[in-house]
Amino acid sequence: MDLRFTADELAFRDEVQQFFRIAVPADIRRKCVLGQRLSKPELQRWTRILFEKGWATPAWDPEWGGTGWSPVQQYIFKEELHMAPAPEPLSFNVNMIGPVLIAFGTDEQKRRFLPSIARLDYWFCQGFSEPGAGSDLASLRTSARLEGDHYMVNGQKLWTSTAHHAEWCFLLVRTDPNAKKQQGITYLLMDMRSPGITVRPIVTIDGHHETNEMFLENVRIPVGNRIGEENKGWDYAKYLLGNERSGIARVGISKMRVRRAKELARNIDAGGRPLSEDRGFRERVALLEIELKALEITQMRLISAAAPAGKPDPKSSILKMKGSELQQAAAQLLLETAGYEAMEFDRDFLRGAHSTPSPHDWALTIAPNHYFARHVSIVGGSNEIQRNILAKTVLGL
Amino acid sequence: MDFELTPDQQMITDGLQRLLAERYDFEHRKVHLFGAPGWSRDMWSRYAEMGLLGLPFAQSDGGLGCGPVETMIVSEAFGRALALEPYIPTVLLAGGCLRLAGTPAQRSDLVPRIAEGSELLAFAHVERQARYDLADVTTTAQRPTASADWTLNGAKSFVLHADTADKLIVSARVSGRQRDRSGLALFLVDSNAPGVARRAYVMQDGMRAADVTLSNVRVSSDALLGTAGNALPIIERVVDCTIAALCAEAVGAMTRAHELTVEYLKVRKQFGAPIGSFQALQHRAVDMLVMIEQARSLSMYATMMAEEADAKTRAQAISAAKSYVGRAGKLVGEQAIQLHGGIGVTEECAVGHYYRRLTMIDILLGDSAHHLAVVAASAD
Ligand SMILES: Cc1cc2nc3c(=O)[nH]c(=O)nc-3n(C[C@H](O)[C@H](O)[C@H](O)COP(=O)(O)OP(=O)(O)OC[C@H]3O[C@@H](n4cnc5c(N)ncnc54)[C@H](O)[C@@H]3O)c2cc1C
Repeated sequence: MDLRFTADELAFRDEVQQFFRIAVPADIRRKCVLGQRLSKPELQRWTRILFEKGWATPAWDPEWGGTGWSPVQQYIFKEELHMAPAPEPLSFNVNMIGPVLIAFGTDEQKRRFLPSIARLDYWFCQGFSEPGAGSDLASLRTSARLEGDHYMVNGQKLWTSTAHHAEWCFLLVRTDPNAKKQQGITYLLMDMRSPGITVRPIVTIDGHHETNEMFLENVRIPVGNRIGEENKGWDYAKYLLGNERSGIARVGISKMRVRRAKELARNIDAGGRPLSEDRGFRERVALLEIELKALEITQMRLISAAAPAGKPDPKSSILKMKGSELQQAAAQLLLETAGYEAMEFDRDFLRGAHSTPSPHDWALTIAPNHYFARHVSIVGGSNEIQRNILAKTVLGL
Repeated sequence: MDFELTPDQQMITDGLQRLLAERYDFEHRKVHLFGAPGWSRDMWSRYAEMGLLGLPFAQSDGGLGCGPVETMIVSEAFGRALALEPYIPTVLLAGGCLRLAGTPAQRSDLVPRIAEGSELLAFAHVERQARYDLADVTTTAQRPTASADWTLNGAKSFVLHADTADKLIVSARVSGRQRDRSGLALFLVDSNAPGVARRAYVMQDGMRAADVTLSNVRVSSDALLGTAGNALPIIERVVDCTIAALCAEAVGAMTRAHELTVEYLKVRKQFGAPIGSFQALQHRAVDMLVMIEQARSLSMYATMMAEEADAKTRAQAISAAKSYVGRAGKLVGEQAIQLHGGIGVTEECAVGHYYRRLTMIDILLGDSAHHLAVVAASAD
């Protein structure tokens, strides 16, 4: 047993750090530091920089653009990316639809979609959830009827994040209303320019518009855009949801927030001395750092135990649960650090619509990002659902 | 011990709750929130008609002569409704300074107008560098001779509802250094006076505030409240009374967020059953209830101690309450969102608005970590 990185892994980390130091455009880095949201062109610009370097899709099969890195290298890459800080490439593309296509797509589908997905020429959104199908995703009701060479799709999706940016959507639909609920589901790729799609914005607690509701009325989707077999969509969706293990805890994001809180605290006066010297503050930082260290090691343990692809260790639910809680705790630490400074609300600044340098703009996104961090324990299988999984599969209860 | 409200107090509770239920539901509130000035002038006059705006002031000054219990009742009701009006700055903060330190002339001039709703005040005390240290004031007030006008210079931040205030009560240093306990004074300043500049903004919870700069602002000697140099104990009393009110407001907000959550658990179905039938969620809702009842008890305790004459005893009690209630408010708000699932993080859903207010309440006048440190430092 040796918890330290090997010499090769350390060299790899240096290489990655070095790359992020030069490659992240200054304006984009500034937005990340300030916690502002990126525009579509900005994320495209950054994704293409990664693509040129060959690092846009590290976890993919090397035949289709993966790097062939070990799980530990992938972990190092993710963490350094978050710490740089640099934007995370679009998860829908890189972690969700890409791997599904590689595993279950036809050669033609792979050739048609994968390069555009990797370069973010195609922006995908995820059309899974519905008003009545949240935690109980398999109860989804959006219907698709086969009519000759296309499916006719009708229904309503909810929480279709970034649908307003997207060229494509990967969609779960019900093709067999009579089968057991997991068994009548099909996985389709929908061109967002198709007639019959209405996307309506949902504004979230941070005052930002990122997610949407999406109405589908007689939308025609060619059969050629089906992934795998009809009525087998649930298997592919499960593969997708369980696929992302190396970065699910997003320890790097939490570490970056803690680091930022510590930096800020050095320049914040608390009763005549820097907040960073306040004992209570230091203890709260320490508690969080201890938990993050633990999670980092737990994560390495789980990803190093070679599990066959697509069959994640059920213990990875621990990563999702704890990772989201620590992201929230780190956001809370930042808020507490800023105190009154976090009270001003500026929707446009959060959007990155203006960034007139002001002495106070360092604090403007702290509260909205802290509010929005509540969503990380709800999405991707809520923390209650993760507990159910652990109780059932690990504890056998 | 007696936990009953008097018939008069019960009347205030019933009247205000009825008014807010009729005219301050989530939809009404949204109209006020997004309109100008970000709250309702109509509601403000109704509060005035009910006597709420004159509640804590002496009858001889034109108020109702009520105490912290009435303030608690009103604040709790405002918390339930997430009322946006400038009650805290006008009646409790600036009003508190006026009540405790105002000259008879100032009180007889202003209290009747506050009570009838025609005069809005703000309390310009906190400065950016001060964080939660009430003595940390760098704004200065100087005068060449004992009878001359005062000249104020400095910058105040996060001044609640200063954007619409007619008058500001400004704290300034007449002597001593940045964090000295002595040397502070309070001044009544017209918000449109030459040299006063306001940068107005919306806060995270939708309430309004402004940063205020004072550049060579001249006020006459009768603008001084109390005696120059001894304002800090007054400020501390005012802040402690306001913290007690904030605790009550938080309890109102938590209670309502919890009710909404329990209602939702009964109607939202997943896996073919109301999610409230899952024991994991039942226990969570019960944990919230326990926290709220503990917070309610401490809010009552803070109310009881708000006018305690011994400053140290009072401060300990108030800090104890604020540290617990601040934290409980956040935890209850977080769980209210969590149990709502995705809908809980949307602008359309009320619980998120409660959470945002509860988060701001935790920060206002010192967060739970700050107040916990105060209690810990004074523990025997
Ligand atoms: C900001 C945001 C972005 C999103 N983006 C997307 C997207 O792009 N595409 C997409 O398809 N979806 C997206 N989602 C949807 C997300 O996956 C769902 O919100 C999530 O699955 C939870 O479903 P729900 O919101 O309906 O909550 P519900 O399932 O109604 O849950 C409500 C509460 O009940 C609890 N609960 C439910 N079942 C159980 C149980 N059996 N035992 C114990 N507790 C239980 C939950 O944990 C939660 O606390 C997004 C959601 C949000 C908030």
